[in-house]
Formats: sequence, structure tokens, C-alpha cells
Amino acid sequence: MNATDPSLQNFQTDIDKWMSENVPKNPGFLLPLTFLEVGTEQQLDFLREWQHTLWSAGFLGMHWPTEYGGQGADPAYQGIVDKALGAHNAPIIFNTIGLNWTGPLLLDVGTEEDRQRYVKNILTGEEIWCQGFSEPDHGSDLGNVQTRAVRDGDEFIVNGSKIWTTLGNYADHMILLARTDTSTARKYDGLSFFLAPMKVDGVEARPIRKVTGEFGFNETFFTDARIPTSCLLGDEGGGWRMAMKTLEYERGVIAGQASAHSMQSIGLEDLMNAMHDFERDGAPILEDAMIRDELVKLAIEAKANSISDRRAGIPALNTDYPFGIALSNKYRHTEYARRLKMMGAHVQGAQGALFMDDDRAYMGGFWQRAYFANFGTTIGGGTTQIQANIIGEHVLGLPKS
Amino acid sequence: MSAIIGSKKIDFSEEQGMLLDVAREFVKDKSPGSEVRKLLESEAGFSQPVWQELVDLGWTGINLPESVGGSGLGIAALIPVIESMGKGLMGTPLVSTVLAAELIRRAGGVSEEDVLEDISGGCAATVAYLDGSDWGGANAGVTVDANGVLSGTKFMVPDAAQAMWIAVVGSNAAGDKVVALVAGSDVAAQAHESHALIDLTKRAETLDFTGVKAQRVLSGDKVTSAIRDYLLIGALLTAAEAVGSTSACLAGIVDYLKTRKQFGKLIGSFQALKHPTVDIYVGMEHARSLVYHASSEIDEGPLSVEAEVACRMAKAKASDIIQYAGDRSVQFHGGFGFTWECDSSLFIRRAAWSQQQFGDAMHHRKRLAPLLLDS
Repeated sequence: MNATDPSLQNFQTDIDKWMSENVPKNPGFLLPLTFLEVGTEQQLDFLREWQHTLWSAGFLGMHWPTEYGGQGADPAYQGIVDKALGAHNAPIIFNTIGLNWTGPLLLDVGTEEDRQRYVKNILTGEEIWCQGFSEPDHGSDLGNVQTRAVRDGDEFIVNGSKIWTTLGNYADHMILLARTDTSTARKYDGLSFFLAPMKVDGVEARPIRKVTGEFGFNETFFTDARIPTSCLLGDEGGGWRMAMKTLEYERGVIAGQASAHSMQSIGLEDLMNAMHDFERDGAPILEDAMIRDELVKLAIEAKANSISDRRAGIPALNTDYPFGIALSNKYRHTEYARRLKMMGAHVQGAQGALFMDDDRAYMGGFWQRAYFANFGTTIGGGTTQIQANIIGEHVLGLPKS
Repeated sequence: MSAIIGSKKIDFSEEQGMLLDVAREFVKDKSPGSEVRKLLESEAGFSQPVWQELVDLGWTGINLPESVGGSGLGIAALIPVIESMGKGLMGTPLVSTVLAAELIRRAGGVSEEDVLEDISGGCAATVAYLDGSDWGGANAGVTVDANGVLSGTKFMVPDAAQAMWIAVVGSNAAGDKVVALVAGSDVAAQAHESHALIDLTKRAETLDFTGVKAQRVLSGDKVTSAIRDYLLIGALLTAAEAVGSTSACLAGIVDYLKTRKQFGKLIGSFQALKHPTVDIYVGMEHARSLVYHASSEIDEGPLSVEAEVACRMAKAKASDIIQYAGDRSVQFHGGFGFTWECDSSLFIRRAAWSQQQFGDAMHHRKRLAPLLLDS
């Protein structure tokens, strides 16, 4: 199906109309810009209701099977919805770990029972999911997971801790990677993958306060927490494969996600809008030669980024490093976004020293917060430095660090 | 999307794909490292038989209309060829020649078809543009009198020794810009002063045109826009060549990092070397994307604003990244990198050349600012 299909074009018109009527207006408090930043009950309630509204209208997980709450539609429809959500500057669809990682994973490799039990509640927002991969002492070294799950009859007893558990304090379930065997020759073979309940004894999610001053993720402690063996996804000892598959969904390497609108994007146009509100040396800031050069540099980077993304679809222009552009996607985009947002704080002059709680902060401290929050993307999901290793080793063929 | 980002067009035709394959093989075959080194010391800087083969392949006329013996494929089809030559550091007067053809085609009319036929048939040509060091200056110091006789000198005319046609940018008695078409043979030997260039694969001269009578003089409205477009296309072709050279420079760095050991380890395992190398790679891909984007925006007529933005972005990015790549290549090769024998010397020299042709990165960013920010 392609974009010129008449039914898609009609849908585009319908969805634009729906969005203009239904996208919630500014609630009077700052909403999270990304799913990593849901820090208050007020934000959670608002976002849960918004996700439910979108699902009820039939616009979430449109390409998922009807028996699990989807519409059984062509994926192109969800693509149109996601674009419209961005274009209408809609609040994020927050249950990302369920919608985009767990959901597609279950539809891919889950049992029928798992799908019946979990998938629809992910779409409706009724059940929130979090992820338990990273641990305090080895953030980027997933194969080294130390959280233990020891079999005891028809239960596993879990001990250990996980960190950066986004939405952990609100979540009903966690996709959990834990060590069920410490005696395997390869450390990867001792890992198992669980669809673990969060609201049971022995599981405690402690919110972590972030550099922005807000909350959004947690350290999760397991102390003799008992989870049924039926929570295993895949075989005992087969957790690494499941974790890698999850990361493929997380990084967008394979499709099937319910909605791509997990972050509100901030672009160069937003920065340009801010330019009208500041002066330098008594003149409009856009007349400042230094500022102009910085903006031009950002524009070149933005354009090169998006044209490169398009070029990735032209094999004849990618013969030297066939997957280089795709593998550098996170590296390029998240670092560009960091510089863009930092610039949004820089242009404010003295006002750039104000933060979110100050009534005089420009746009409620939007840019300062956006810059700080952007570190979630240059650190989470494999840091920029890990990305550089991946590009160096897998694209250029350099030796492992 | 937004006005500031503008067009994201990137086309790559079947013809371009074929030319890329053919040109890469041709350059690999004709311009191995040993040949590049040999030509550095030669007077011409390129191999005449190789030039003839390249003419026979039709590359001097790719961009020209079929009516003058060309292939009618436009500037876009030249990009893969020029990029490939940059990759092999191949010295030829091709860039100078096709740029002269573009300037003449855009500034002239049907009466210039004979000159274009000469060029597509393999006569080397060039443009004498600079009066001095300033790409942003008027560069109209050479005057052309009512009889078509020139007075004044031009600086750094590329491949001037080879050129059978020289398009000289100057001004007439009324002060209007003109393009004087001069036959190379009309410029006396003593009027040539060759330069010692930083990039030894290149050749350029200062030419004194005083007393030379032009074969014809192009004037009128088309001349101004033709000169502007010549400068933009020149920037784009320089960027394309630089991207090719950057990718070869990167390959050289990667190769060294994969084989050289220090402290018992391959040096490529050190992140202090690995990560900047990744930045060279990513920057090179960005520059390459912008080059092919720009080639998608150029057509036969006067360049659009989108095309201008694209050419300037491509040149700004390509200039910066080749400079970084050449610089890091010398550094990362350590003591060997400091020597003449190491190919890093070729790349850092190419970088200095590319940066300064048709304006450096700052020159283009300055001109991008009003195009992007003041609309």
C-alpha cells in the first residue's frame, strides 16, 4: 500500500480533522516531552486518558490483530496517525515499553495465552509496562546481568536490582532479564526473560530524581520476590535471544510498534520561533553574526541528517558501508538534538539562567529542561560512546575496544 | 517540512549508478597510488593517454547537450565521476574543463556551440576567475576594450597550461561584467607563471592577459547569473571531489588502525582514535548526502534558491570534514604520518586545496545565513 492510495488519502483528511478536534489543549502544567519523563500522578492520569481516547477512536495499534484490541489494518494507517500526532504537536503516547517493545515482542514470539492476557491492556493504557534490563553496576553491559532468579517449585525467587526503570513506580509489569543459571560457560546462556508482575511483595520501585529535578524513572529492588514460572517468555536460559529481539524493537530495527509517538520532537523551527523573543546588543538576535553562524551550522546538520536517512533507501549510494547510515541513526540524531536544545537555552541571555520553577523562565523553562532531558536519549538505549563503538566496529571494521 | 530545512530531495538515476560503477573501476585501474605519486613530480600533473581514454568515454561532454556532441545528462551525471576521481586523487583537467563549459553554456548562446563542441570533443578548458585571494570579491579587474583586447592578470587559473579555451571573467568599458573567450594559444608563454601548489596533484597559474585579443566577448544579463551559477557548481564539484578524497583518507586511517599495534594492542581498539574516526565517517556520509542532494536540485537553467542552498551546504560540510579527516590522518599515523611517504600528506594537502576552492566553509555559511534565516 502506498501513500497515493485513495483510501489512505481519505484517511489522512479524516485523521487531520480528528486531531484538530481531539488533541488535548495545554493542561496548564508542563507535560513530559518523552516517555522517560512521566514524573507526577497528574501527568500520568492525563496521559493515560489521552492514550485511551486515541485507542477508543481506533487509532492506536491499528495494524495489530483485532482479537487483541487492534484494527487489523495496514501499517500505513498507523504511520499516518503517528505523523499527524507529531504535526498536531499532540502529547506523547506514554505506554511505550508496552506499545513498542513488549507488545510487538508478544505478537512475535509470545504464547496465545500471553497475548490474550497482556496485549489489549497495553493498548488501552490499563496496564503499564516497564523494562528491567540495566543494572546499577553495568549499565551498558547487558550480558553481565546479575539479578538472580532461582527456581522454587512453580515459582522463581528474584533478588537483585535494576536501574533506569522508566515508569517503574507506576508499572503493572516488567520485562525482566535475570540470571537463572550461574554455571554456564557463556554468560549469555544463563539468562532468562520474564513477564514479571510489579505489584507483588518484594518488589520496590524507588523514583530517581533526574538532572531536570523531575522524576520519571526508578531503581527497582527485588528482595525474595516470588513470580510464577508461567511468567517465563521463551525457554529458561533463552533470555539473551529475547532481550536482543526486544532491543531490535526498541531501536526500530524491526517494525511492529503500536505508535511511534513516544516523544514530542523539537526542531529547528521551534528554535527559530524563539528567536523572535530575544535581543542581543540592542538589536534582534537574528541579526547577530555569531548566532547566525550557529543556526546555519545546525541547519546544515539537520538537513544532512534527514537527507542521509533518505539516502539509506538508495542501495547504489551505500555500497561502501551498506548499513552505516542506519547504524549511525541514534548517534547522529540524538547528538544533533542535544546541540539544538542547548542553543535554545543559550539564546536566552540572562533568562537562560532561570529554571522551570521561576515564573519568569522563558516558556516555563522549556528549553533548559529539553536540553537536560535530551541526555536521556544520548545515554539511554546505549550511550553515544557505545554507539560510536558500534559504528567503529560494525561499520568500519575497527577492532573491539 | 519547515522552510528552514527546505527540500530533502535526493535522486540517483540509473545513468548515475552506471557512471559511478564505471568511474570507480576506471580510477582504481588508472590511478593506483604509485601512479599518483609519479604524477606529483610531472609537469602536466596528469597522464595524456588516460585523459584521452576519459575523453573517449564521453566524460568531457556528459553535462553538455547532444547538439554539441554531449550526452545531455547534466551536472548530476558528473558528480559520481568527479567523486570517484577525488577518491583516487586522480589529476586531470576535467573539473576545470566542465566548469568552463558550464560558464560558457550559461553565459553564451547558439554562437558558442562551436566552443562547446571543442570541449565535449576533448579540448581542455578553464575559467580565469580570481583577481587575487578573495572569492567574494568583484573579480572583475581584467578589462576588455571595445576591440576585445584584454588588460590585466588573473590569479590561480586551474589547469591553465592545458587549456585550449580560457573563459576570462572581467569587465567592459561600461563596467559591466563580461566573459571573454580566449584561445589558450593566444596567451604567450611568458604570460604564464605557474604556482607551487599545496596539493601536488593540481596545477594552476597566474596568467597575464594584457594585450591578448579575445576570440569573442559574452555580455548581457545572462552573464551575471552564469557567473553566479559557475561559482555554485564549482563549489559543488569541489565538494564532490572532496567527499571522494575524504572517503579514501578514511579508508587509509581505518586500515592503519586495524594493523598497527602499540602497547601490545591494535591501535584501533583505543577509543581516543576510534571515536574521532567514527566522526570522520559520519561527517563524510553527511557531506556525501548533501552533494547528491545538490546534484538533484540542479538543472539546465539558472540555479534555484534550493539549488543554491544545497550547493553551499555541500561545500561547507565537505570542506570541514576533509579538513578534519586530513588533519586526523596525519596525527593518527604517528611518526609515520609526519613523513612525506605517508599518504596522509596527500590528503591533508588535498584538504587545504578543497577548502580554498570556490570559498571555504565560512564563506558559504555566511551566504547561507540570509537564505535560511531572513525569509
